[in-house]
Parts: sequence; structure tokens; C-alpha cells
Amino acid sequence: MFINFLYFLRAYGLKVSVNEWMSLTCALEKGLADSSLTGFYHICRNLLVKREADFDTFDVAFAAYFNGVLSASDLPEEFWQWLDSPQCDVCDRDLFARLSLEFDELRRMFDERKREQNSRHDGGSYWIGTGGMSAFGNRGHSDSGIRAGGEGVYGRAVQIAGERRFRDFRRDRVIDTRQFETAFRRLRQFSSRVDSERTELDIDGTARETSKNAGLLTLVYERPRRNAIKLLVLFDSDGSMLPYSKLTSRLFKAVSRSNHFKDTKFYYFHNCVYEKLYTDPHIRRGRWVDTERVMKDIGPDYRVIYVGDAAMAPGELERKGGNTIIGLPNDEPGRIWLERLKRRFPRSIWLNPIVEDDWAHAFGQYTIREIASIFPMYGLTLDGLGRGVRRLLATR
Amino acid sequence: MNEKKSKINIFKGSTDYVASSELACAVNVAIALEKPLLIKGEPGTGKTMLARSIAKALGKELIIWNIKSTTKAQDGLYVYDTVQRLYDSQFGEGDVKDIAKYIKHGKLGEAFTSERQVVLLIDEIDKADLEFPNDLLWELDQMEFYIPETKETVSAAHRPIVVITSNAEKELPDAFLRRCVFHYIEFPGEDKMAEIVRVHYPDIEPRVLSFAMEKFYGIRAMKDIRKRPSTSELLDWLRALVLSGVDLHAAREGVKPDAGIPFLGVLLKKNEDVDALTEYRAKGYTTVN
Repeated sequence: MFINFLYFLRAYGLKVSVNEWMSLTCALEKGLADSSLTGFYHICRNLLVKREADFDTFDVAFAAYFNGVLSASDLPEEFWQWLDSPQCDVCDRDLFARLSLEFDELRRMFDERKREQNSRHDGGSYWIGTGGMSAFGNRGHSDSGIRAGGEGVYGRAVQIAGERRFRDFRRDRVIDTRQFETAFRRLRQFSSRVDSERTELDIDGTARETSKNAGLLTLVYERPRRNAIKLLVLFDSDGSMLPYSKLTSRLFKAVSRSNHFKDTKFYYFHNCVYEKLYTDPHIRRGRWVDTERVMKDIGPDYRVIYVGDAAMAPGELERKGGNTIIGLPNDEPGRIWLERLKRRFPRSIWLNPIVEDDWAHAFGQYTIREIASIFPMYGLTLDGLGRGVRRLLATR
Repeated sequence: MNEKKSKINIFKGSTDYVASSELACAVNVAIALEKPLLIKGEPGTGKTMLARSIAKALGKELIIWNIKSTTKAQDGLYVYDTVQRLYDSQFGEGDVKDIAKYIKHGKLGEAFTSERQVVLLIDEIDKADLEFPNDLLWELDQMEFYIPETKETVSAAHRPIVVITSNAEKELPDAFLRRCVFHYIEFPGEDKMAEIVRVHYPDIEPRVLSFAMEKFYGIRAMKDIRKRPSTSELLDWLRALVLSGVDLHAAREGVKPDAGIPFLGVLLKKNEDVDALTEYRAKGYTTVN
């Protein structure tokens, strides 16, 4: 059965599985599509697409496969009869080819008729106009036809797909706080060593204690498993990060609101990390702690997330005294500090608000590349954060 | 063909629930293919109500399994009360050999053992642990589970119609999604909303309705609103408007910034949102006038 469509959807990046495809076949055999392309569209979406984030991709693919946005027509009854009879060749696309010919013919006629017509027309069955039985115009009743402006009363599938109402749900869009929070929830590692009330029955312990107690039942409870993840987040603040302040503040909110971490700490830096880490985003002299101190106080079990554009002058990363804050010349280049941090906290990632595709040619491409060679770098998007979180959870 | 169809397309919404044709289609597909129906959408778009409506329309019993952050998949199947059994054995009470006595079915177990087909609502599945849906794969696929304690397999005599709702708080696992029929309830447009309102308040004055709709969609269109009011809030608000008999003309012409929308607290639940609205009005933006 038009298996091409399956591969077509997969080529668009929709991970449609064979099982889902079989469900679709089954649904069509049961006549659930109501013999209309609109019904077919909805059933396809119900069964093949499982995230509203993918609806838009599906709409684009659907519209492309079924001959583009302009053509709007229901499939004829014989198409469904053909679907219902499994003995016919499953890979047959002839019907679609024929249909697309019809569409082309229809469009040609539309253009022709447009040339012929020179007045407003309502009703009737030939001219482009409103109502009536002509294949052209809007609010009409013809089985197939081209809609020319106006509201579609009988929302045809391809038109619906062409409207792309779900564009806003696309996954690669910039994210809001809630979505960040959701992504952070994945960052978990359960352990029963976290302090909490003992509420779970410990079967082994109970058996042991009971037998010690000569068979008199002694119940032993243990602590339920809790998330043991500790998180240190270092934000690049000020300067080139200003355009991204809204985005980073959302990330900040998401982390500080996530109450499932065992511990979270925040520090700030400007462009690159040197001797000092700042305690607030204003990067003020004196409101800081020694980076060494932080590395001593915080154990290597902390996961570290750096948030910054990593774009700076090469000297800020590579030279002594590269620190751009006047009066704070650094004795060691920023790179040394970053590598030191990396050794202390092996499980760390760098989130970069610059769009991933631009890293290679954005301002600061050199430092972006160099820093990305120290820390695994991901874009500050839902997808990037997701991949980053997975990286943080990996054992190595 | 038509006879076949009439058996298939059984759900069309019910007297107190307006289902779009897309939603009805999703429901019917799920019923026909005997797959769980996963419903996502903004809070207040009637996800939970859908299950009630299906149960009502098809005349079936509704079993609701409310998911909380601490809910485990096992809770839905059965609970084995070990502690009670141990105590009973200690004090020689009851027949401790009969393990079945200490097995209590959860909501899923209840739905499976029911003598008639039921509608099972698994509400807000995203509230639970991320792995929760994966733990239910087999049970929802095969509609059966095994109780090792009694060496008994509980399988559904009549596969329940399963409706699962999610607020999109968490991404659900792929393996789970693949087994579901998915539908995303879009926020209703003004026409659909008017229809929904009329289902709940058939006698509503058109004047009240148009006033409310205008304000409601105006507020929803504001960018600074954190928690946008939803259908359920609109319905509550309309009830408040109707019951109080507010003078709408005065409300419309209200001069004080907060005079414009009576019972604002019903629509906006966050202080920031009320502030944002006040600010909008103070600056004379037209969105909510």
C-alpha cells in the first residue's frame, strides 16, 4: 500500500515506525478515513505523529506529497476500494500519478478560465466564483477544485496542511522556562543515600531483624530513592551576553525552580573564567569568590553547566592578562582555568545561545571552536539542552 | 460500507461536550483499533472531560486513575499488602495462606476485571516519573498483567477504552507514544468557544457572551500574561457574570483601570498577570478594551 508515503514522511524526519504504519493500514481497512482526504489526513496525523512539535513537519510533508498546497481535492471512492483490496500491488503509485495529472489539468483550466472571465460571478457551474458547482472559486460543492481566496467551508485536507497552523510548536524554536524545566527533569540519578524519612519497607532487613528476634515480626523501613544530582551552573554575564539575557534568565529560573536536584549552585563570570567567580550577575569587584575555593569546596560529583556565547577575543582565552576587566590582569590564561575546571568536574557541558549553525562563522569563531574542544558544546535550545543533559548523565 | 461505518464512528460528542470532528475522529480510531488515546493540550481545553463524555455517549462506566508525582505503575495493577499479611501471621488472624486476600487491584486491575467494557481515564500521566509510561507498555498493549504472588494472570475480558491525558509537562517516551493514537486539542477559536459556552449556558444573553468573549480573547492575546485563562475559567467567569447581573454597560465604560473587568480574579490567577493587565489599561492599549 502506497508505502512510498511512509518513506516520504521518514525522509522529512518523522520517525514513523512499521507498527504505526500497520495501524494506519488497519484503520484504513476499517473504513475509518470516511473516504475523504481530510479524514485520511487526520487519521495519518493521529497514528503517525505523536508530538504536536512534529505537526508542522507533517503538514509540510503531507502538502508536498499530495501535490502541493494549491491542489485541494478528495480522493475518489475507487481509491478506497483499491485500498480495501489487499491483493493489488502494494507499491502502486499510478493512482497518485493520475490524480496529480488531474490536478495539473485542473490548474491549467483554472488559469484559462481566469483569462476568459472578466466579471464577478456567484453561483452557477462554470465560472470562477462563490457557491455553485464549478470546480473553481470558493464555498463551492464540486468534488474537486481549486479554491481561489476566501474561507474554505469544507476544509480540505491539503489546505489544512498548507495552513501550517502548528508552526509555533516546532521543536527548534527558542524555549520558555517551563520547557527548560521539563528538560532538566531528565537530569536525575537515583540513590537511596539521600537523607529523607524512612518510608519504604525493607524486605531483606525485615527478614533479617525478624529472625534475629526469634520470629517476632520486626519491620524495617528504608529511605526511598531520591535524585542525587548536584548541579553547578556558571553563567557568562554582561557584554556580548546581553542580547541573550532573556533566554539565560529563563534557564536560570528553570534551574532554580527545579526542586529535584540535591543541590544547585550558581556563579557568574565575564567572557571566560579566571581567578574569581562572581556571586551575582552584575560582575562587581569584591562580590566574588576564588575559583580555587569553589573547586575545593565543591566535589567532582557536581555536574557543571557553563552558559555563555564563548565568543571573545582570542587573547582573552590564550594570553596572560587577557581578562578585559581593567585592573584584574590574570596570571594564567583563561584556557588554563577552563582546563583546570574540566579536570576537577569531568561531567560538564557548555550551552551556547548562539545558533549552532553559526558557530563556525560568528564573531569569536576561534574561541568558540577552542572552548568546544574543552567542553562538549550544545546550542541553548530545547534540543541542545536535551542532548547536553544526556551527556551529563553519561558515565564518562 | 455504511453499516460498517455506523459501527465504527460511534463517538460524536455528547450533549454537554462539544467535540471537534478531528477529535471525534481520533476517538473513533482509538476505539476501532483498540489502542490508548493520548490527549494533549493546554490546561482547560477539556482533556479530562473528554473521557467523561465518551463514557456518557457510549453508556459505559468510567474508571479514573489520577496520576500524582509519586504514582508508580504497580499502583495501578495491584497492591500486595505484605505488612498486613505478616501481622496476620504473627497473631494467627485470618487465612494467611490465601494470598489473594492480600492482593488489592488498582484502577487498571479494576478496569481489566470489570464484567463490561469500561472507559479508563489515566489522567495527567506526565505528572508521574519519567519512566512511568514505559512501565505500563505491556499492560496497555496486551491488556493483561501477571501477579507472581498468586501465579495468576489478570487479563481484560473486555478491552477497556483507554484515554490518557497529558499537560505536555514532560516528554513521553517514544516506545509509549508509538502505541497510542495521538490528538492535540487546540485552543478553541471564537466560534467553537461560543458553541461550547452555549452547551453549558443555553440561555446566555448574546450581549453578555459577546462582552465576555471580547475580554477573554483580548486577555489571551496579551503577551505578558503568564497563565492564560482557559475554557474552564471562561465558563466560571460567565457564571459569575450571569449570577451577579453585572451592569455590563457600566463595565464597558469603566473609568478606573480595574473597573473594566468584573470578577477578574476568576480569569487571572496570578498577581503578576493582574498587574500586567492593569498596566496595559493604564497605558491605554486597546487589546483589552
